Amino acid sequence: MVSREKITPDMAKKEVVRICEISDENIVDCMQCGKCTAGCPAVHGMDILPHQVIRLLQLGQIDQLLQSEAIWSCAACFTCASRCPRAVDISKIMEALRLTLVRVKGNNRLDIEKVPKLLDKNIPQQAIVSGFRKYVK
Amino acid sequence: MQRVGVFICWCGTNISSTVNIDEVVAAVKNMPGVVYSKDYQYMCSEVGQNLVKDAIKEHNLTRVVVAACSPRMHESTFRKAAKAAGLNPYLLEIANIREHCSWVHKDKKAATQKAISLTKAAVAKAILNQPLIPGEVGVEQRALVIGGGIAGIQTALDIADAGYEVDLVEKTPSIGGKMAQLDKTFPTLDCSACILTPKMVDASMHDKINIYSYSEVEEVNGFVGNFEVVIKQKARSIDMEKCTGCGICLAKCPAKTALSEFEEGLSKRAAIYTPFPQAVPNVPVIDRETCTKFRTGKCGVCAKVCPTGAIDYEQKDERLNQKYGAIIVTTGYDLINLDSFGEYQYADHPDVITGLEFERLVNAAGPTAGKLVRPSDKKKPKKVVFIQCVGSRDKSERGKSYCSKICCMYTAKHAMLLRDKYPDCEAYVFYIDVRTAGKGFEEFQRRAVENYGVNYIKGMVGKIFPTGDKLKVNGVDALSGEVLEIDADMVVLASATQAKPGASDVGRMLSISTDRDNFFTEAHPKLRPVETHCAGIYLAGACQGPKDIPETVAQASAAAAKAIGILSKSKLVNNPCVSQVDESVCSGCLACTKMCPYEAITEKMVEQKVHGKIRRRRVAEVNAALCQGCGGCTVTCRPGAIDLKGFSNKQILAEVDAICQ
Repeated sequence: MVSREKITPDMAKKEVVRICEISDENIVDCMQCGKCTAGCPAVHGMDILPHQVIRLLQLGQIDQLLQSEAIWSCAACFTCASRCPRAVDISKIMEALRLTLVRVKGNNRLDIEKVPKLLDKNIPQQAIVSGFRKYVK
Repeated sequence: MQRVGVFICWCGTNISSTVNIDEVVAAVKNMPGVVYSKDYQYMCSEVGQNLVKDAIKEHNLTRVVVAACSPRMHESTFRKAAKAAGLNPYLLEIANIREHCSWVHKDKKAATQKAISLTKAAVAKAILNQPLIPGEVGVEQRALVIGGGIAGIQTALDIADAGYEVDLVEKTPSIGGKMAQLDKTFPTLDCSACILTPKMVDASMHDKINIYSYSEVEEVNGFVGNFEVVIKQKARSIDMEKCTGCGICLAKCPAKTALSEFEEGLSKRAAIYTPFPQAVPNVPVIDRETCTKFRTGKCGVCAKVCPTGAIDYEQKDERLNQKYGAIIVTTGYDLINLDSFGEYQYADHPDVITGLEFERLVNAAGPTAGKLVRPSDKKKPKKVVFIQCVGSRDKSERGKSYCSKICCMYTAKHAMLLRDKYPDCEAYVFYIDVRTAGKGFEEFQRRAVENYGVNYIKGMVGKIFPTGDKLKVNGVDALSGEVLEIDADMVVLASATQAKPGASDVGRMLSISTDRDNFFTEAHPKLRPVETHCAGIYLAGACQGPKDIPETVAQASAAAAKAIGILSKSKLVNNPCVSQVDESVCSGCLACTKMCPYEAITEKMVEQKVHGKIRRRRVAEVNAALCQGCGGCTVTCRPGAIDLKGFSNKQILAEVDAICQ
């Protein structure tokens, strides 16, 4: 028996609206051309592709996104944002998705105390700073 | 005392859903001068118009107010009805309670109040309306077509076939436009040159058509039926009478350094050149910036070899004044500049080309004589990637927000031509959506997929990396989520179309409007698609918006029909709402003459009796034929001596009073 889960596309869902507010991006502008995915240098670590991230938001399927690896794989390099023909900055949406998780108390992606052990001489300072920005409240 | 009748239209639900009609009717009854009021669902219908006509007769109405849509829409309809009932049409006034009220408001209570105020103002003005009788002006039975592409050629032929003189002005050395550059045309794949060049010849042989090539319109004055135009004929450096088009000069010219515009820069041309062998007129021009003679004073080879002595280095730009009854604008389009799309490597790699360059590469008369090879090493490509929507439907500042309309079809055509020439060559098309609305268009595109084996991929290309002698194309199939990498030999970009860079200047010169993308605006998107807001000026082709050839030709013929409508009249009725000067009040300062954009006001001397003595003094005088009724002079006039008939200062103040009461 093939069972079918009932999904009602809902862009007005509170969580989706919140993501749009934090990122200040308009997800209805996206036409699903996939240019973000085509140019993304981090795409191989993503279980959900960048253009699919927007599609799931358009459908209101936010839980899948919050459980995904994709939002953590995003390097915030802005390649997608600079090429998007619809002027949607997905890197900001990725950031908004990460923020909704790390802002919850005790939900830091990175355990600060373990950081010194992860470091070696070759890690650039910039990486440490952006790592904290991305993974820690 | 005037007897005013007020007619209130519901416009279906357009007005009645936002304006409480009953309240308006009740309020109208108490307005000064109103003796009759009536509401109806569709006042513009025959039944509605009859309500107006019958009421005028039955109730002896001397003024009529119709509260309905914009006067742009139906003022003339109701004026005709009033005239049919024996009332001077200019005694009728429109209160715009649709565009100015119901369509722009949501609050029913406030909208109803506004509708009442607007109607009250119209009643107050109508009471002061005076009967006006329009005059007549002659029509210059000659048309001007600006732009010699397929739109201009078709329009010119249609007008000329109807028996009127047409001047066709083309900026470049030859007519033909973009269509002359194309190889095959969708959806029938007939050769572009085979269907265009005979039309070009028809235009040049037609005894009613004068082609001014290498010329530009420099100045436009006047009005419908009587446009006064200055045409600049740029110095060709060739005597058109003497030149036989033998082509010896082109072959002998040593300065072959300039990139050919016609070949989209894929080959070089001489400093003396005709854009292409089938050019009309078949007379070359000298590009003075590349010509050695003009740059250094030495050379003169062309003059030496010319068997008829047609070369004239001393030729100067000439200006020609001509009068026209109607003008048709057919200035066409351009492709956008791809410099800001760095990820596609267009500027950096010769094997990344535009669709228009592809047309030249497959064309038998093109730079490779129809042999489709890579521009870089002249080798046959094995894999070609086509990318659609390069800059089209692009909301970012790099692109254009609209759909360029022609790319889906020409990309399908290119892919088919490629597979037809080289069946072993693979073709990939990256698309966002395939849009093939048009007769036979969908079938055409499906043929590319089903019969020609073209791989259509819904997705876009992120970046192209030139690797060795290949172009590594990184794309995505958005449907499956597969990230693709294709080793292509050539990439063809369907770059967005755009309005000509000079379109807004042309618009300003002609007093016609352009939209935010600089395409010319039609008077009504559905019902007046070839007219502009300026009477007597019409549009055809891609200068009005992206368009394919069938649509362009249809629009060109439509514009011709409209122009013939003007040219076929010996007289045109002019607008009686023109300015008039009260000479007894005019101080003769002539500030109005400087303000008038139509040069309709001049000075004249009058003899007046001042304090018992006859004195000659200077006053302003309006030429009713030139006045367009803009009203600029009435507000410039310091003593208040100028009134615009139908919109007198008294009438305007009565409207303001009525609203403020």
